[in-house]
Amino acid sequence: MSYKEDGVLELKDLNLPSEERLKKGPVAVFECVENIPCNPCVDACPFKAVSMEKITDTPKIDYEKCTGCGTCVSVCPGLAIFVVDLSKEKALITIPYEFLPIPEKGDTVKALNRRGEIVGDAKIIGVKKNENKTNTVTIEVKKEVGMIVRNIKVIK
Amino acid sequence: MINSGKIFIKEIQYFYNAEVAERTNAPALRAGSPLGSLGSNPNLGAFWNIVKVFKYTYLLYKGVKMRLTSHPILDFEKKRGKKIKFTYNGREIECYENETIASALHAAGIRVLSKSSKLLRPRGFYCAIGKCASCIMTVDGVPNVRSCITLVREGMKVESQEGLASLQDLNPIKGKKEKIETEIAIVGGGPAGLSAALEAAKYNRVLLIDENHTLGGQLIKQTHKFFGSRKEKASTRGIKIAEELCKEVMENENIEVLLNSSVIGYYNENEYNLAAVKNNDTLVKIKTEKIIVSTGASENTLVFENNDLPGIYGAGAVQTLMNVYGVKPGDKVLMVGAGNVGLIVSYQLLQAGVDVVCVVEALPEIGGYNVHAAKLRRCGVPILTKHSILRAYGDERVRGATIVKLDENWKPVKGTERDIDVDVICLAVGLSPSIELLRQMGCSTKYIPELGGNVVIHNKYLETEITGVYVAGDCSGIGEASTAMLEGKIAGLSAVLSMRRDEEIERRREELMKELEELRRGPFGERPRIGKEKLFRAVR
Repeated sequence: MSYKEDGVLELKDLNLPSEERLKKGPVAVFECVENIPCNPCVDACPFKAVSMEKITDTPKIDYEKCTGCGTCVSVCPGLAIFVVDLSKEKALITIPYEFLPIPEKGDTVKALNRRGEIVGDAKIIGVKKNENKTNTVTIEVKKEVGMIVRNIKVIK
Repeated sequence: MINSGKIFIKEIQYFYNAEVAERTNAPALRAGSPLGSLGSNPNLGAFWNIVKVFKYTYLLYKGVKMRLTSHPILDFEKKRGKKIKFTYNGREIECYENETIASALHAAGIRVLSKSSKLLRPRGFYCAIGKCASCIMTVDGVPNVRSCITLVREGMKVESQEGLASLQDLNPIKGKKEKIETEIAIVGGGPAGLSAALEAAKYNRVLLIDENHTLGGQLIKQTHKFFGSRKEKASTRGIKIAEELCKEVMENENIEVLLNSSVIGYYNENEYNLAAVKNNDTLVKIKTEKIIVSTGASENTLVFENNDLPGIYGAGAVQTLMNVYGVKPGDKVLMVGAGNVGLIVSYQLLQAGVDVVCVVEALPEIGGYNVHAAKLRRCGVPILTKHSILRAYGDERVRGATIVKLDENWKPVKGTERDIDVDVICLAVGLSPSIELLRQMGCSTKYIPELGGNVVIHNKYLETEITGVYVAGDCSGIGEASTAMLEGKIAGLSAVLSMRRDEEIERRREELMKELEELRRGPFGERPRIGKEKLFRAVR
């Protein structure tokens, strides 16, 4: 089934950083595959790692320039950018989060995949409350689900 | 305390009566009600009556919880204003001063606002923005008042209405008259109208007219961040864009704003005139040199059994209810349509703490952006393509729906019917341009499906076949807010340029037109692009 039918992107649909780059440290993962007219990520990047010729192009990322700083995560109107760090024993993922309650550092929450299914626990490593109300939450999960977990469920 | 206790018992009685009425009328399907199927044994009548009292007490408790107290994006505490009281069919209702009659009643658990004119079927609101007549009520003795755009007032007397009022009941506007003269009159203060006003006011006097109590059009409920280019406020939430534009307009000395005023007609006496009704009681004559019409669009509906039950709302209407007035539409929603509107509103329902049971889409593919679909999916909401709604059921409110799979010929596949337990059904099945005023003016129209149906013929400078009359935004063909803002600017400058020659302004207009073209590139801009091309070819 394609993402056009069920809305779920598979890894094969994505333009991902190389495995080497992923192992090096935090890097932005863009889950933006359609030619929609949108370009705020280009201006948002402080390292000029994102480029686009036409506004309807998909973003092109220079993964050598990308430091995984996560500025773009909260800017993206589609909430389609994540930062993934596979350099450590466990995977760190930074996700955009626009729900209540907002978790706190140290909390354990449920880790959800792209279908909203629970695939394990996630530990909250950091929460950044942004002015634009798209908060960014960094979670720690098992390494093997680093490219699968894309949401959290906070039960308080 | 004693008083509220009485109301409480009345409410229980009300729900009880509704249940009895439902059983006599439609005994068949009752999946929406957990106790319904058990209540049919007459020997157990007394017992079930007690059970029902508990059930309705619970329902009433749920009704009280319709108001949002916390929200990840919005803050309603400041917005709501102070508490006031009005009466509905003689019963006192407590609400907030900055809300409409319809939202106040919905928060109090009242969904039936009127009865249809022929069959007297119960009707709730449908569009919540004053475009349909589903919510008309009698207010302080005046019938046919659109309760969805009329603010409550302390001591207001609101009564439900059966069908349309007769002419004798109508209170003709007596005596109160006003006259306004301007250079450019703009009808509709949404994204297109606001942008048109700001551009035109750099050079001319502008009058901006809107029938709502506030400017901003549908931007005031768009809590998501906008797409598009950084130059055109991309990544800013719609509500914030509305705030900024409205502030600029209100501060602009060249712009006069006329709120709560519906333009009801146009007439030409060697000059352009518009007639408007202000506050339901004052006739305003507007003399102007140029007119820009930016009246937006209305939500389409869909044909299925019981599609008029209160609780079946336009997706945009639900957005108004929850994002503007902070009232939840219900607890469990079925969303029909997976275009951007359906997907965005579903996500916003989740943000308001409302459960979205599923999204059904008749087409084989999701119509909206994948990023919106992906956001919903990772929250666990299923999107079922090649599925549609077969029927809704309930009495005076939705209690469930049957969804079904469709085959290649759009026919329901037998045996795939599924009953789902929902209390709200949202229809996100497209929009139609609001062109009533333009037609009354005498503009010719053309049916262009890519633009949402009948649209008024206009050229690329957005001028219609009537010289000096321009269109912008959804009423010129369905698009998005970002393209509406650009169109507004272009129409504003076109109106200015028809009164003066200025190369600088012409250059700016060319730039804006290029920007608009850019936004309509790519697969998602295809429909409006093709539609507009067809339209421009029709210009004589």
